[in-house]
Amino acid sequence: MPFSKKSSGRVAGSGLRTSKSGLVATYAVLTIAAVAIGFPILFSISLSFTPLEDIINGVFIPTSLFLDNYVNAFEAQPFAQFIVNSVVVGVAGTALQILFSMLAAYALVFIPFGGKRIIFLVIMATMMIPAEVLVVTNFQTIRAMGLIDTYAGLILPGVATTFGIFLYRQNMMQIPSELKEAADVAGLSRFQFFVRVVVPMVMNTTVTLAIYFFLVTWNAYLWPLVSTTNNTARTVQIGLRTLNSSEGLSDFGMMAAGAVITSIPTLLLIFFGQKRLQEGMTKGALK
Amino acid sequence: MSKHSVAPKAVPAATAVPPREAPGERRTLAGWVYLLPSVAIFAIFVIYPFGRTIITSLFATTPAGGLTQFIGIDNFVTLLTDPLYTQAIVNTLVYVLLTVPATIVIALLLAVLTAQDLPGMGVFRTIFSATMGISVAAAAVFWNLLFNANSGVLNRIIEFFGGEGVGWLIDQNVALLSVSIISIWMNIGMAYLILLGAIKSIDDSYYESVEIVGGGFWYRLRRVTVPLISPSLFFVLTITVIGAFQSFGLIDMLTQGGPNNATVLLIYRLYRDAFVNFRIGSASAQGVILFAVIFVISYIQTKLTEDKVTYQ
Repeated sequence: MPFSKKSSGRVAGSGLRTSKSGLVATYAVLTIAAVAIGFPILFSISLSFTPLEDIINGVFIPTSLFLDNYVNAFEAQPFAQFIVNSVVVGVAGTALQILFSMLAAYALVFIPFGGKRIIFLVIMATMMIPAEVLVVTNFQTIRAMGLIDTYAGLILPGVATTFGIFLYRQNMMQIPSELKEAADVAGLSRFQFFVRVVVPMVMNTTVTLAIYFFLVTWNAYLWPLVSTTNNTARTVQIGLRTLNSSEGLSDFGMMAAGAVITSIPTLLLIFFGQKRLQEGMTKGALK
Repeated sequence: MSKHSVAPKAVPAATAVPPREAPGERRTLAGWVYLLPSVAIFAIFVIYPFGRTIITSLFATTPAGGLTQFIGIDNFVTLLTDPLYTQAIVNTLVYVLLTVPATIVIALLLAVLTAQDLPGMGVFRTIFSATMGISVAAAAVFWNLLFNANSGVLNRIIEFFGGEGVGWLIDQNVALLSVSIISIWMNIGMAYLILLGAIKSIDDSYYESVEIVGGGFWYRLRRVTVPLISPSLFFVLTITVIGAFQSFGLIDMLTQGGPNNATVLLIYRLYRDAFVNFRIGSASAQGVILFAVIFVISYIQTKLTEDKVTYQ
């Protein structure tokens, strides 16, 4: 794991002075917790490779490499299409969220203009409004725009993010003002300064936000449910919902396979991006 | 993150704007050009629908959402005198109480233990944050496989030890608890990750002074760790409470509010009224109520954070 270790004998963070009994207790608690938290996922992965007859007879561990559950899932619902849809929506949505929040934060930090304070407060205030309150009207708006069952309809309502603007603003305020002055002397335009200096300097925030936005977009449930009526743009989450409502209580192996397919991209992202996320989340929570 | 898109909400907005503008530079409209994409989206998809929802909540509506007649607070009165809606409120409050304290206590304990510089912690950290990557739909399926009464593995384990199988999702006295367990499992990932980061940023010198006094594990946790990470704890508390009020996906996937309305939560009821029963006026009133609840929680959080919470 990509965690840097402080290599002093002291215990970082918790300040636990490690006695032997303390060590045993620590590992015992952590092992129990890891089994309890990991079990639902591992169990489902195991079921996804087990024939239904075995599952019904109480055999939950595959005896051979059995892939029919995956084949069946892809045949029961167009999962390949759903995955393509989720990738398009996830990547395009994340890219736009990054771009829009970066631009907005740049204006708030580096450009003098009238009404800045008010617009910043308004943007922060939008955080108080939960998306569930907006879903009815946004559905009507997207329908009026003719964007039901389109990628645009899935993506658009979420591409402006207060969290992104906030985090970028925090980061950009740490850029020394001498840099801006030097850029002015060198004759860089506002846009050149943004592209050549600011964008590279906030790269860490960009990586954190990209991971976070993709997770949230990929896993979104309510809006994709409401804004799609057929398979053309439907995301993998809603595909899993459809599979669940037809097969949820019968074909356990296939359901497990569907849920595993749905979770692979985000689990990989957590696996490799967990430290980045943790740092970014902490920044967002503390400032 | 929905997974109940728990975007970190309710970050205190109070910080002043220290401008990086060159002194004496003239104010320009350029700022608005850079802001335009975000501002336009906020205007169309947040501010307009927010206003529209408030207005619609005061009207009788057609199934398509057209306003027919101003009826004042009738939608609210109808809701609050509807026993099924008050049951949804009670269910949601019980759900908050079942999920929030457990999520935070477990996440805090795991964060404290894995913040130690010991071998193997990287593996534990990955496992404990893993559920942050699991969507609400996938979590529902994973747990349905454990719960399912016919061949669910949990009941097989209980029966193996001589107990009686539990109707996890079909017994109306148990169903809300079962959904809460899934919710706790899902939310631990994010709460854990935030608290771990906060604990790791505590300066070691705080603990050194405690070592001189000779305090034990619980003493250090209570007197040093918890006070020093209280801003993060409050943040996690707020997003977990707000997330619980926004819960929808697990109910939609697993119980559809049943059995016997035991798991109807506020957002599930809102969704049914808006997109199944087409009672748009009532759904809008429910949205306003939800907003009021979340506004009050955020307000309390901000106030308490300003007044009471220790910052390093």
